[in-house]
Amino acid sequence: MSKPTTQELERIASQVRRDIVRMVHAVSSGHPGGSLGCTDFLVALYFKVMDRKDSFDPDGRNEDMFFLSNGHISPVWYSVLARSGYFEVSELSTFRKLNTRLQGHPATEEGLPGIRVASGSLGQGLSVACGAAQVKKLNGENNLVYALLGDGELEEGQIWEAAMYAAHHKIDNLIATVDYNGQQIDGPTDEVMSLGDLRAKWEAFGWTVIESNGNNMEEVVAKLEEAKSLSGQGKPILNLMTTEMGFGVDFMVGTHKWHGVAPNDEQLADALGQLEETLGDY
Amino acid sequence: MTKFTYTEKKDTRSGFGAGLAELGRTNPNVVALCADLIGSLKMNAFMDENPDRFFQVGIAEANMMGIAAGMTIGGKIPFTGTFANFSTSRVYDQIRQSIAYSEKNVKICASHAGLTLGEDGATHQVLEDIGMMKMLPNMTVINPCDFNQTKAATIAIAEHEGPVYLRFGRPAVPIFTPADQKFEIGKALKLIEGSDVTIFATGHLVWEAIEAEARLAEAGINAEVINIHTIKPLDTDAILESVAKTGCVVTAEEHQMNGGLGDSVAQTLALNHPAPIEMVAVNDSFGESGKPAELMTKYGIDADHIVKAVNKVMTRK
Repeated sequence: MSKPTTQELERIASQVRRDIVRMVHAVSSGHPGGSLGCTDFLVALYFKVMDRKDSFDPDGRNEDMFFLSNGHISPVWYSVLARSGYFEVSELSTFRKLNTRLQGHPATEEGLPGIRVASGSLGQGLSVACGAAQVKKLNGENNLVYALLGDGELEEGQIWEAAMYAAHHKIDNLIATVDYNGQQIDGPTDEVMSLGDLRAKWEAFGWTVIESNGNNMEEVVAKLEEAKSLSGQGKPILNLMTTEMGFGVDFMVGTHKWHGVAPNDEQLADALGQLEETLGDY
Repeated sequence: MTKFTYTEKKDTRSGFGAGLAELGRTNPNVVALCADLIGSLKMNAFMDENPDRFFQVGIAEANMMGIAAGMTIGGKIPFTGTFANFSTSRVYDQIRQSIAYSEKNVKICASHAGLTLGEDGATHQVLEDIGMMKMLPNMTVINPCDFNQTKAATIAIAEHEGPVYLRFGRPAVPIFTPADQKFEIGKALKLIEGSDVTIFATGHLVWEAIEAEARLAEAGINAEVINIHTIKPLDTDAILESVAKTGCVVTAEEHQMNGGLGDSVAQTLALNHPAPIEMVAVNDSFGESGKPAELMTKYGIDADHIVKAVNKVMTRK
C-alpha cells in the first residue's frame, strides 16, 4: 500500500474531525478541544509515519508503537484507530455508552484493538513509553516508540522523572510529542501554572528538541520524519508541537472552554458544515 | 510441644533476593527495577549477573511503576523493588491505572513492611499496604512468613500471569518452612492441627502464632494454626473448613486492623459462617521508632497478644 499524500492525509483528518464532534455530541460528553487540535498529528502518525502492522499486536513486536498519555483526547485516537482499520468504524457510535469498548478514557480491559495501557490520570504515559522503548532494545528491535503528552500534563511531576530517566538511560528510540496548545481546564496555562521555556527545560533534561506546527499537515509529517532521523543518537527526542485547541471548527478554536464540553444540536450542525465528509460518516 | 523448630534466622528480604537471583538464571524474560535501594532489597546478585536486565530508576517510584508497566509490553516480567511504603501508598494511582486496571504483568516487591523495620519510625512503617493492594481488582497479594517461603513465592509469582504485590520485611526471623517447598498462590497452609480455635496468621506473625500455640497447648487449649500467605485471592475453603471444626477465630498480622487479613477473614465468616473472631493487628495507629520486638509488644502483635486473643475469643463461643 502506497503512503498517502499530504492532500489525502488532510482529507482523512477532515473525516476524523467529523467523527470527533459527532461522537462527543452523541453522548453530550467528552473532550473535543484537544482532540481536534491533535487530529493532524495522529492522522500523520498512523497513516504515514509509523511502521506498524495492519492488525493489532498487544506486544507490538517488530513494529512502532504509540502511547497516548493525555487520555482524555480519546475521541481522536478512537477515530484514527478505527479509520486505520483496527476495528469497525461503526463502533465509534458506542463511545462512552454502557458496555462499550470505547471507554471515556482509553482502557485495555474491554480489549479494544490499538490500546496497550490505560490512560486518563495524567502524567503516566511517558514512563510507560520509556519501559516499552527499553524492551524494544532488549528484544533487539529497531522500531520506535511514540508518545503524546498534553502541555498542561507537564505540571505532573512524574513527567520529569521520566524525562530524567529517558536521558540517563539513553532511550534514543523514543519520540515524545507535547501538544503545546497553551490551554488547560481552568484557563490558559500561563494563568493556571506557567510552563516556562519548554524547549530549554527539555534540553536541560538531556533531550533533543524540535519544534513544529501541529496544525499544518505537511509540516507535521516533515517534523516527524525529522524526529525519526534524529533517533538512535543517544538521546530521546521531544517534538514541541504548537497546536490550536479546537482546530478546524471556528467557534471552538483557541479556547479552553471546549476542553471538555460537547456541542449541542445547533453547534454540531455548524461544526459539520465546516468539515467535509470525505470517507463517509460512521 | 511446638512441632516447628528452627536453627537459623534470616530476613525475608534476603529470601526475595535469593529467589530473584534464581529467576535471573532460569527465566530470561525476568527484568528488575530498583529505586535506589539495591542493597536494602538484596537485588545485588540479580544486578551483577544480569546487568542488561537490571534498571536503576533513582528515587522516582512513580516513574518506576510506569516503566514496569511499559516493560510488560513485549513480553518481559518486571520485578520492582523498593520499601513497602514507596511500593504502595506513594504510587497508588500509578499502580491502579497503569498496572492493575491495565492488567499488566508486574511484580511489585516490597521490603521493610510493617513495624519491624524498627528504628526508622512511622514514616517508613507502612501498615496499610495490604488493605490498599487487596482493594485493587486484578491484584494478587502475598505476605510470606520466612526466608524459604519468600524465596519460593518470588519464584512462583514469575509463573503467574497478572499483577502481584509481594510483601516482606527487614528483621531476621526464624526459618521454619522447608527449603524445597513449592509455593502455591492462594493455598492456605495448615501448620498445626487443632480443634478449639483457629489462628490465621500471615507474614512475621506466623512464627508468633506457632509460639502462641505451644503456650496454649500447655494450658490445655488445642489451637489450629494456618498460614495465610496469600491474602488475595483468599483461601476461603480452608478458612471455612477449619472454622466449621473449631468454631472461633483469631487473626494475626503486622498491619492495621482496618483493611488487613483479619478484615478479609471476618468478611468471609460474616458472609458464610458467622463465628466469634478476635484480631491481633495494629489498632488504627501509626508506629514509631524502636527495636522490632519492642514495637511488636507495644503495638500488640506478638505471641502474648495472640494467647490473650485466643483466651478472649474462647469465652465468646
